[in-house]
Amino acid sequence: MLLYRVFARPQKHSVYMRQIIFEINNIGISSLPIIVIISVFMGGIITIQSAHAIDSPLVPLYAVGFTTRESIMLEFSPTIVCLILAGKVGSNIASEIGAMRITEQIDALEIMGINSAGYLIFPKIAAAVFIFPFLIALSMFLGILGGYIMGVSSGACTAYQYIYGIQAFFDPGKLYYSFTKVLVFAFIITSVSAYFGYNTRGGALEVGKSSTSAVVYSSVLILLFSLILTELFINH
Amino acid sequence: MIEIRNINKTFDDRQVVKDVSFTFYKGKTNLIIGESGCGKTTILKLMVGLHKADSGEILYDGQNFPKLSVNEQETVRKKIGMLFQGGALFDSQTLEENVQFPLDMFTDLTKAEKLERVNFCLEKVQLVGKNKLYPAELSGGMKKRAALARAIANNPSYLFCDEPNSGLDPKTSIVIDNLIKNITEEFNITTIIVTHDMNSVIEIGDNIMFVHKGENWWTGDKSQILKTTNKELFDFVFASEFMKQVLGTPQK
Repeated sequence: MLLYRVFARPQKHSVYMRQIIFEINNIGISSLPIIVIISVFMGGIITIQSAHAIDSPLVPLYAVGFTTRESIMLEFSPTIVCLILAGKVGSNIASEIGAMRITEQIDALEIMGINSAGYLIFPKIAAAVFIFPFLIALSMFLGILGGYIMGVSSGACTAYQYIYGIQAFFDPGKLYYSFTKVLVFAFIITSVSAYFGYNTRGGALEVGKSSTSAVVYSSVLILLFSLILTELFINH
Repeated sequence: MIEIRNINKTFDDRQVVKDVSFTFYKGKTNLIIGESGCGKTTILKLMVGLHKADSGEILYDGQNFPKLSVNEQETVRKKIGMLFQGGALFDSQTLEENVQFPLDMFTDLTKAEKLERVNFCLEKVQLVGKNKLYPAELSGGMKKRAALARAIANNPSYLFCDEPNSGLDPKTSIVIDNLIKNITEEFNITTIIVTHDMNSVIEIGDNIMFVHKGENWWTGDKSQILKTTNKELFDFVFASEFMKQVLGTPQK
């Protein structure tokens, strides 16, 4: 029912467009620092752990680059980064809309004759679905770059071995799998969080509870859909 | 003009509005008064459609609001301005953006025309030059005035005010009351105010409904209320020694 109102015809396209651009900045651009830091560090950590685990002379050292790429591209960037975004973006959306609910700002929109669900939630979903793939692509690039820096500087592998590794056995179809997951997760994070925020009743305590529920349910759903999509894409 | 006829509302087996009927006149400040928890805000929320009445009619210039289609209700809502108890200004927007918001949504005015209208509304509520401030930077009284400016931005036919004086000092309360009264008369709006502030009742009560335990207990105007012999209304009006001394205790 809420989603039906969210996707109802926009009352004024120019206002919705302005909101979408605002949300791209609010949801996407403001998440850049955390994505940059986490991706670079995780790329480095994965590389060191991979190099440490490969102690057999039968396994070539370019496997370090290969393992880092696969880990980052298939799971770290699409799933783990989205889980982190569920915490940051999800709690932000739920608390923002929840606070609007308890301070009667949503009632004010309704009385003006505005579809509050459409005006508040649709731009967030649209912005996330648009900007998340760019954020995750950046995360993939930075993760692999972080792995290169740590791998080469620590002597775990040479620059040539690492670059050869990240190019080895590359299947572009896996990118399709990764970005499909990202789109699904972007929708889950924004819609679930908005649902909990929109249905907040009470005071500040309930806003906090909505925020917590939004993160918990989004995270569980992300993991569930990650499993389903992995099964669908990898095994079929 | 707005008429409510025999409206009832029950929450969890507790009837909070009982068969209430009343007429709110155009160009007058119509007051719904009563003690806390008597159901006056519920009546207001039923009128604007935030709650759904169990039965009864809510007529906006003859149109039964609850029976209208969603699109027809939207058309009526566009003629409504509402001043909420806490202001309900949008936190992420400046004062100018808040007042401009209904114009952005429902008009095709140019940017310059919108700004002109915003400045006109801000002038009406004595907030000229505060355009770029955010709600967090405003005092309680300024928030109420800003919310009033937003409520009148789109030339409403009906203005609803929920406890416009709550949390304000007596001097600022009178400023708000007079602003509402002036706007009502100047633009010929049907204004409905929910309040329990006796100063407002004495100051601007053109047409008053006293609600007691969810029922329309008494109707009249500000001159009649001071001569009331109705026990419950008498206890409400003359609750404080101060009111008894200032207004004089009428004979019960």
